[in-house]
Amino acid sequence: MTQAPPSTNTADQNSVGIVVPQKLHFDQPLQLACGRALPAHDIVYETYGELNTDKSNGILICHALSGHHHAAGKHSEDDRKTGWWDSCIGPGKPIDTNVFFVLSINNIGGCHGSTGPTSINPDTGKPWGPDFPSLRCRDWVESQHLMMQHFGISQWAAVIGGSLGGMQAMRWALEYPDALRHCIVIASAMKLSAQNIAFNEIARRAITSDANFYEGRYLEHQTLPKQGLALARMVGHITYLSEDGMKQKFGRELKTGNLSLGSGSDTAVEFEVESYLRYQGEAFSGSFDANTYLLMTKALDYYDLAREYNDDPAEAFKHAKCAFMVASFTTDWRFAPARSREIVDALVAANKSVSYTEIEADHGHDAFLIPIPRYMDVFHAYMKRLKQELGHAL
Amino acid sequence: MRFDLTLIQPWINANSRVLDLGCGDGMLLETLSKEKNVSGIGLEIDPDNITLALARGVNVIEHDLNVGLGNFRDDSFDMVVMTLALQTLRYPHLVIDEMLRVGRECIVTFPNFGHWRSRWYLGHRGKMPVSKFLPYTWYDTPNIHFCTVKDFEALCDEKNIRILNSSVIGADNSQSPLANRFPNLLGVTAVYHISK
Repeated sequence: MTQAPPSTNTADQNSVGIVVPQKLHFDQPLQLACGRALPAHDIVYETYGELNTDKSNGILICHALSGHHHAAGKHSEDDRKTGWWDSCIGPGKPIDTNVFFVLSINNIGGCHGSTGPTSINPDTGKPWGPDFPSLRCRDWVESQHLMMQHFGISQWAAVIGGSLGGMQAMRWALEYPDALRHCIVIASAMKLSAQNIAFNEIARRAITSDANFYEGRYLEHQTLPKQGLALARMVGHITYLSEDGMKQKFGRELKTGNLSLGSGSDTAVEFEVESYLRYQGEAFSGSFDANTYLLMTKALDYYDLAREYNDDPAEAFKHAKCAFMVASFTTDWRFAPARSREIVDALVAANKSVSYTEIEADHGHDAFLIPIPRYMDVFHAYMKRLKQELGHAL
Repeated sequence: MRFDLTLIQPWINANSRVLDLGCGDGMLLETLSKEKNVSGIGLEIDPDNITLALARGVNVIEHDLNVGLGNFRDDSFDMVVMTLALQTLRYPHLVIDEMLRVGRECIVTFPNFGHWRSRWYLGHRGKMPVSKFLPYTWYDTPNIHFCTVKDFEALCDEKNIRILNSSVIGADNSQSPLANRFPNLLGVTAVYHISK
């Protein structure tokens, strides 16, 4: 159990409190979709809440492109930031840790402790770097399935994810139909659009054209392609926000300088939005691995839910046995509501149990991380049926 | 439960697949699921109703009926139900076409504007009727396409729609024999079971 007793001086009564990440080592080779295998691998994870005696209350959280295992709570009392989905996971929150046992892992290929490009390749004794096997979404599902077996869970109450996490949740429903009762897919898609792939390619080009990239072997050169990674993040960040959201947050406010005529030089002028993006880019480039970014964006691009089902998503979903909840956000143009509607239409055509809501929100794609009142209401309402299935009095 | 919802249940077969257009808080689908093992999906646009339906364990899809049902396949449901929503639609006749395409059979209920009270209100006062049942002013109302029992049957006739069953609910909120003898005059709510 990773969860420390709830701290008494934690301000947020609905927080899971202080959490300690754990690590598991898997000795057996993990066969990957690309044909190669990982000889052994580590998974870093956190859990919140208690697994019940019949192990029926497990929920798996699948993270998105730049996510990791730290989804809720804090790592220390003076930690300034909470986990990335603290808005939704905790006692009394939609993913209620008073009822559910929540597992959140850092996917393989990641850079937060699970085996990835920064880990040592046992064959060479050097970091894997660009030699790390290319991954598909289903590889994450396979490694998550190993974690499931480790905990002795035979069926998840739900697999839940936003964005790339939602893609993993849907893959679960097809690969292991008996292993989940509910699949909750938020701000996701069955495949990326050409526009989406184009943005990812710009991000990758920014990284690979950094002089410090060294064809991915920057660690061996004791350097980092920080500028490229920062640029990649800046482009990505714009696509996660909506035009209205940016207007509200930054408008044309100046951080420094003066644009009135006759005020001398314009050189010191910096818009708030420039400063914000630069800060986001720099913060990210110091904490994320460039090879992981390349690998994750490629896994996103290659994902196509119905590829091996004659490109017919309804045919694909016929294999699923769980109930589905799908949600999208009005101003999300990276994973637009229309993409979620395609998922819903395919599920209806496949005669599956499905609910769908389109949440009014200004926050673009990032909305799935934000506790928007209607989003929380809908999430709570849906999770109520999971609680009822567990026989919880309400 | 609203009486029109009670009235239509015998027309819905056990274990069937039902699409409920404008499902509200999901009460009908919840009842059908419990009592007849019906697997249902509701379409709804009101956020509060969507939350209520979800909390009941009813499957609900946020959907604006005015955009049609183009995303649903032909004959994909045994029954398509639309209760007290016909009068709120931009193109009611096109939605009825769509219902008959998606469902093998359909049920439509609507407020009957031919009821004597509406006629009396309009004839006597010369103003659009406002009542407990239809409490809106003409300029601020979701109800933009009122029709009468006769109007609806004329539309069915024009479109060669088969009326399998029909009934009206009278002012006493029951299926009174008198109201069913003079449905267009005494029916407050009209209830139709139709097919292609």
